[in-house]
Amino acid sequence: MTQQAAGGSPGTTAGFGPDLVEVFGPSQQDGGPELVQLLTPEGERVEHPDFSFDLGDDAILGFYRDMVLTRRIDTEATALQRHGELGIWAQLLGQEAAQIGAGRALRPQDFVFPTYREHGVAWCRGIDPLDLLGLFRGVDQGSWDPKENNFGLYTIVIGAQTLHATGYAMGMQRDGVVGTGDPDRDAAVIAHFGDGASSQGDVNESFVFAASYNAPVVFFCQNNQWAISEPFERQSRIPLYQRALGFGFPGVRVDGNDVLATYAVTQAALNRARDGQGPTFVEAYTYRMGAHTTTDDPTRYRLSDDLERWKLKDPIARVEAYLRRNGVAGDDFFTGVQAEADDLGARLREGCKALPDPTPLSIFDHVYTEITDELEQQREAFDAYLASFEGAH
Amino acid sequence: MSTQKITLAKGLNMGLRKAMEDDPKVLLMGEDVGKLGGVFRITDGLQKDFGEDRVIDSPLAESGIVGTAVGLALRGYRPVVEIQFDGFVYPAYDQIVCQVAKMTFRSQGKSRMPMVIRIPFGGGIGAVEHHSESPEAQFAHTPGLKVVACSNPVDGYWMIQQAIASDDPVIFLEPKRQYHADKAELDETATPAPLFTSRVARRGTDVTVLAYGPTVKTAMAAAEAAAGEGKSLEVIDLRTLSPLDMAPVYDSVRRTGRVVTVHEAHVNLGLGAELSARITEQCFYSLEAPVLRVGAFDTPYPASRIEEDYLPDLDRVLDAVDRSLEF
Repeated sequence: MTQQAAGGSPGTTAGFGPDLVEVFGPSQQDGGPELVQLLTPEGERVEHPDFSFDLGDDAILGFYRDMVLTRRIDTEATALQRHGELGIWAQLLGQEAAQIGAGRALRPQDFVFPTYREHGVAWCRGIDPLDLLGLFRGVDQGSWDPKENNFGLYTIVIGAQTLHATGYAMGMQRDGVVGTGDPDRDAAVIAHFGDGASSQGDVNESFVFAASYNAPVVFFCQNNQWAISEPFERQSRIPLYQRALGFGFPGVRVDGNDVLATYAVTQAALNRARDGQGPTFVEAYTYRMGAHTTTDDPTRYRLSDDLERWKLKDPIARVEAYLRRNGVAGDDFFTGVQAEADDLGARLREGCKALPDPTPLSIFDHVYTEITDELEQQREAFDAYLASFEGAH
Repeated sequence: MSTQKITLAKGLNMGLRKAMEDDPKVLLMGEDVGKLGGVFRITDGLQKDFGEDRVIDSPLAESGIVGTAVGLALRGYRPVVEIQFDGFVYPAYDQIVCQVAKMTFRSQGKSRMPMVIRIPFGGGIGAVEHHSESPEAQFAHTPGLKVVACSNPVDGYWMIQQAIASDDPVIFLEPKRQYHADKAELDETATPAPLFTSRVARRGTDVTVLAYGPTVKTAMAAAEAAAGEGKSLEVIDLRTLSPLDMAPVYDSVRRTGRVVTVHEAHVNLGLGAELSARITEQCFYSLEAPVLRVGAFDTPYPASRIEEDYLPDLDRVLDAVDRSLEF
């Protein structure tokens, strides 16, 4: 950018704000120099001064399986939507490493507050993928019990769950399960959200509250570069992880397509929280390779060469490259995982179509813990109305 | 039997204290609720006695207050949040309507929201903009919430405890003009009426006056004045705005045939409109006159020097009573 624009200060264009390349730097396209990476896109392990992956190859085999199966859930669900079996599906293609790395860093006593795209984290928490399909098919609004797997219901309103996460973490503080030194007792909360949500008031308020109370919460932002059609640059003029400092806690940008780095960074952040050292912001730098949802058409707003460039950083391919190159796994393993994915896909296809529709009268259930007289009257009237039709059930 | 004369502020304070003594999961949260005891002193002395972990001074962000209270409730606590003034509830509106109200339904009963959102409401204190509003209809219109309004010190004491004990979220409206006004005799050993019930505050035979919160006092004064003119008004303190407890209302209307509703909120789509519709549906052949509504004009709340012209007062209630009787 030259400085010839009239009235502009150096580095600006006619007062319309700083040039993005100058703000982010040219290397930001690759996540910038601060990006924590432990496994390169080519599948090579690299060291980082602050973060290390402390598990063995068995764990990496497990991550690989998790990611492949998660991608299969996503692929099957997308296909089911195309066949009219789901109303909509929020795709996670490309974000498998960010979600599996974060999900596997959790302990059973930790609690997860997801967005509506956390299918990989749900997988890690033992949520049946069919339960996810139920929501997107429209038979319920999330049928799993949050208390059973410490995995909250999907939140549709962007960013609202970050406050719930912070409050839940404040509850953990009051329950005395933070900073006791007992690894089976100390707990933390992870709040998932995206780059678009980072603009929401609730997300910023959750940062304020978490910092103020030193709450044991990890703010895990998957910066997938796109909030439907709006590029990340519309949300922030600085790298997101740098915002954390302004709220008074550390921020880290990790390669969200690197499952080892995401695991290591999230684990460190969770440990800080469990130890009573307060919140951490983790920006998992990744890319939404699919559409926002099955209703979206990314060809209207982004270039295919962007997608092609990110394909080279595929989170699964790099793990496979690592496993093969180092002789950790051979064809048998990969074929086995594929077969498992095929079985899962078949189960989801059949299971989805077999999900029972709720009955009309269930509309009145659980509005309150006990139905009110008012609603009971409406329910009875609706029941009688339905029964008035010939052949009514 | 020990009784004492208390104000509404004292009744609420005592009720909150009792609830906190009875259940260690009860937490108070809001702006200035700690050392200051709240701008109206409703939480006076509670942080000193229950500690900063249970009486929590919050950052100045209403959505943050309610949103974190959602998380506390999910963790098993019973948060009681204070919204400092009615007009400041709107930053929290999304959390209240989209999260608090829907969590039980969304989870099909697996998660509950035992939360109380206390809101000082109504006018008459000479305040600046946003400090005198009556937003109750917006919450009564939201399925999943329960909405109550106390009108006197004794109800304040009991109703706040009952609201805290409720497993459903309760919007708890407190008539701020009454906080430090009239005193009433409280008997802590008495058995209170259930929370979601209306109460006949004064028996009468000619016209039924429906009121809640700050307008109960207005209605009672109108009934007293009307009695001097030989007109007998029955005053019902609705207490619960969602769900409505209509049985005492229908019973009254079937005897009087005439109804006047009184609230400080705007008339358009206010509680009076819903009351009128239900009465018309259920008591059509008993009515001698249309249900008449007294309330604020459909304008924003005005500057305080003319707020008494804006708010329904004794004369406007009596005017409506006369119009009903003359119909």
